[in-house]
Amino acid sequence: MSLNELMIMRHEWALVAVALILLIAEIGMNENRKQNIKLFACVLMTLVTVLGFLPADTGTVFGNMYVTDPLRILMKNILNVGVLIIFLQSFSWLKQPNYQDRITEFYLLMLSSLIGVSYMISSGHFLMFYLGLELTTIPIAALAAYEQFKSKSAEAGIKLILSSAFSSAILLFGISILFAASGNLYFNSYESSDSIINVLGFIFFFSGLAFKISIVPFHLWTADVYEGSPTSVTSYLSVISKGSAVFILVIVLTTLFRVIQPMWQEVLYATSILTMTIGNLFAIRQQNVKRFLAFSSIAQAGFIMLGIVGGTALGMATVIYFVLVYVFSNLAAFGVVQAVEQASGKVTVDDYNGLYKTNPKLSLVMMLALFSLAGIPPLAGFFGKFFLFTAVAESGFYVLLGVAVLNTVISLYYYLLVVKAMFINSSDTPVTAFTSDMAMRISLVVCSVGILVIGFYSPVFAYIKELCVGI
Amino acid sequence: MILIALIVIPALTALAVMFARDARQTKSLSAVGMSIQLILSFYLLYIFLKERAFGNTEPVLFGKRFEWYPGLNINFDIGVDGISVAMILLTSIVIFTGIFASWEVKEQFREFFASLIILATGVFGFFISLDLFVMFLFFELAVIPMYLLIGIWGSGKKEYSAMKLTLMLMAGSALLVVGILGIYFHSDVNGTHSFNILELANQNFSIEMQRIFFPITFIGFGVIGALFPFHTWSPDGHSSAPTAVSMLHAGVLMKLGGYGCLKVAIALMPEAAHELSWIFLILTSISVIYGALGVIAQSDLKYINAYSSVSHCGLVLFAVLMLNETAANGAVLQMISHGLMTALFFALIGMLYSRTHTRIVHEMGGLMKVLPFLSVCYVIAGLASLGLPGLSGFVAEMTIFVGAFQHPDMFHRVITIVAISSIVVTAVYILRVVGSLLMGPIKNEAYQHLEPAKWHEKLATVTLIVAIVIIGIAPLWLSDMIMESLGAILD
Repeated sequence: MSLNELMIMRHEWALVAVALILLIAEIGMNENRKQNIKLFACVLMTLVTVLGFLPADTGTVFGNMYVTDPLRILMKNILNVGVLIIFLQSFSWLKQPNYQDRITEFYLLMLSSLIGVSYMISSGHFLMFYLGLELTTIPIAALAAYEQFKSKSAEAGIKLILSSAFSSAILLFGISILFAASGNLYFNSYESSDSIINVLGFIFFFSGLAFKISIVPFHLWTADVYEGSPTSVTSYLSVISKGSAVFILVIVLTTLFRVIQPMWQEVLYATSILTMTIGNLFAIRQQNVKRFLAFSSIAQAGFIMLGIVGGTALGMATVIYFVLVYVFSNLAAFGVVQAVEQASGKVTVDDYNGLYKTNPKLSLVMMLALFSLAGIPPLAGFFGKFFLFTAVAESGFYVLLGVAVLNTVISLYYYLLVVKAMFINSSDTPVTAFTSDMAMRISLVVCSVGILVIGFYSPVFAYIKELCVGI
Repeated sequence: MILIALIVIPALTALAVMFARDARQTKSLSAVGMSIQLILSFYLLYIFLKERAFGNTEPVLFGKRFEWYPGLNINFDIGVDGISVAMILLTSIVIFTGIFASWEVKEQFREFFASLIILATGVFGFFISLDLFVMFLFFELAVIPMYLLIGIWGSGKKEYSAMKLTLMLMAGSALLVVGILGIYFHSDVNGTHSFNILELANQNFSIEMQRIFFPITFIGFGVIGALFPFHTWSPDGHSSAPTAVSMLHAGVLMKLGGYGCLKVAIALMPEAAHELSWIFLILTSISVIYGALGVIAQSDLKYINAYSSVSHCGLVLFAVLMLNETAANGAVLQMISHGLMTALFFALIGMLYSRTHTRIVHEMGGLMKVLPFLSVCYVIAGLASLGLPGLSGFVAEMTIFVGAFQHPDMFHRVITIVAISSIVVTAVYILRVVGSLLMGPIKNEAYQHLEPAKWHEKLATVTLIVAIVIIGIAPLWLSDMIMESLGAILD
């Protein structure tokens, strides 16, 4: 294998390198200077993210096991940016004395998971895909239980690992059926057919992925895990983990299962309606902000499905675009939640009463994030949602479109409840005024700029659409 | 360029206001920005009429196109015809007076003025855009600040009203998404789909498609135009909103409905409009009558005006559905006339309330003796509302009913007569309110010492009254300007 071939896997090498450097730094560093490792990790991650945007070779290595092309590189870049933002947001959380000696652990586990994500997106073989998926999940289950002194965190960890194991088993079962049907597990030479056994395999395979995206009826783990996990891990689960599973679903459906498109369209049609509606209805009644965002992210997953249902190139482009917008919007919301949680320990919607009076900037960011999630112009979320709807209308599913737009109104209701708490309600014991650390501020500014700019700057969408033409 | 300035100036003003040092600076910044906007609107009117006088008969003037999302054929297309110019003029007058009417806002003044001006930005953008996507974007941009404006600075059951209003209007705009995308994907302009209104106007959509998407689009816009039975947000919303917001909302925002129904729903899908207009005519005449009768049962000044807005805006949609040029001309005139006088009403109600601290009609009385200036203004607004010749209301309603009666068939004539009968009811409630509010003995001794109108209040009311009188006395230039644009729409 020549160096050039190895360089095709540049993304993964870079991440592995960062993980190793951090590990060595951890060993060599003086005990009382451990805090510096956070800054170090962020700088390295920034470098990796920037590196990802430089022009790269594309192709396959390891005999088609590993595939990369501009679209996949873009997906990885989006997720890298997301992880970088999460790193920035976790600064003050990691400062607590309890975690003093486990800082590097956090970065190592998250980076391992990100490496898994990259391999999963680039996989050209079902087993490779499965390896990536496991590498993505297991470190995150460990991270969910990171706050060892809190029973909720331990509960989240065990729930996540059990439901992941269960979903992996289902997925693996699906893969073995698919292997039985075709005798081949390579993506590029996989021949799908509309035989019953193939459809059966697909159903199991899809169910396994649906766990990761938390599509109804595979969403039951979401709220508990999101609530119990440390907020940085929740952000990761809701944005990176979900986003990567969506990406892989797009790739798999369009390349492997084209033949049975009418069938998966029906499946997605139904799950999309269910996911949007149930996610929205449950979100209305949540009092804990993290549970609230969990159900909101379930509903968002339903919206994401809208773009995939049609199976068109435009639809796939809108899905990737929407995930990009979602990364910024959701991370902004979680960033604010984390900042408030760190400063005051408050996590219910009622605790946000009167937040604008004490912390106006934070409230404005939260409002931007929620309005973007609700799809209010001129924020990026509006464009993301409108394009998803365009994709649905393009395929002529006007009933689905009607259900979807009604769901946006429901979702607006509960997003407005939070906005109302911050701006309109008053409180006797509001969150006191505080200033977040520099890293948190940078991350929130980055997210806000993303929310404000992505919609107006149309080349982003044009670029994604161009990459999706081949699909 | 002038059209871009029309949205850039309010946007910049809103931004600048957020960084203002104190209340005084906030107010002067807003006032200066909106004065520039008012001058610009008049300048736009001037150059528009000049172009027309020189024989430029293009349907849309000052058109500009900026490519935005070429992949989806979304362009930032702007341009104005006579109707848009008239509506822009209305908007800039109402927002200008609205700033002065809210001169006394003390709490979170920066946010208040900024939200108010962002709302206006959305409205201006809506009226200049020729691309359905851009139009929709501005539409939602105009709706969402309402939530905060009512929720934070409102009165009464403000949170309930704000939520109800926002959700109902957003449900309307959700329908619009379906309508717009339906139109887009059924169009075929040189092999691609199009959002451009002018290009879409030449499309011959199949009648099956029109039967589905005309009602969706019409109701989508109709919700904000207070179409029965989707009007219920309006009384609650208007009564809870702060003064300037009521002015802007009843005066301008509700007109987005009529404007959209005319220029999108009817202009693009005329066959279905002809076929289905009877259903909506029945609904709108219910709005007209029900709104007018509803007023009689109310005793709160704001509710009175809110229900009368339902009635008057119902008349706008009613006229639009008559599908002839005279009636449509009347509809646009009614939008402008109602916009001005309802803004005047709400401004006056706000000013009275700030002095008497009540809005219940029978608790007040004899205000003419203590507040002569405001009372006379109230009488003028009332007379304009009941359609006294010489004021704008007469011109608008007369044109509407003349146009409506041009239909020779039984159905249209009967329903026109039903709608006309609302005028009588209007006269009853207006005169009753004027009588018990302004005339008679002074009911409350404390009212002897009410503060007379201040300069900013006088400025706001006089500006609106001048506009009402000008349109009432010399309406021809306006109706000619509107008429020219209607040919292209209703052809």
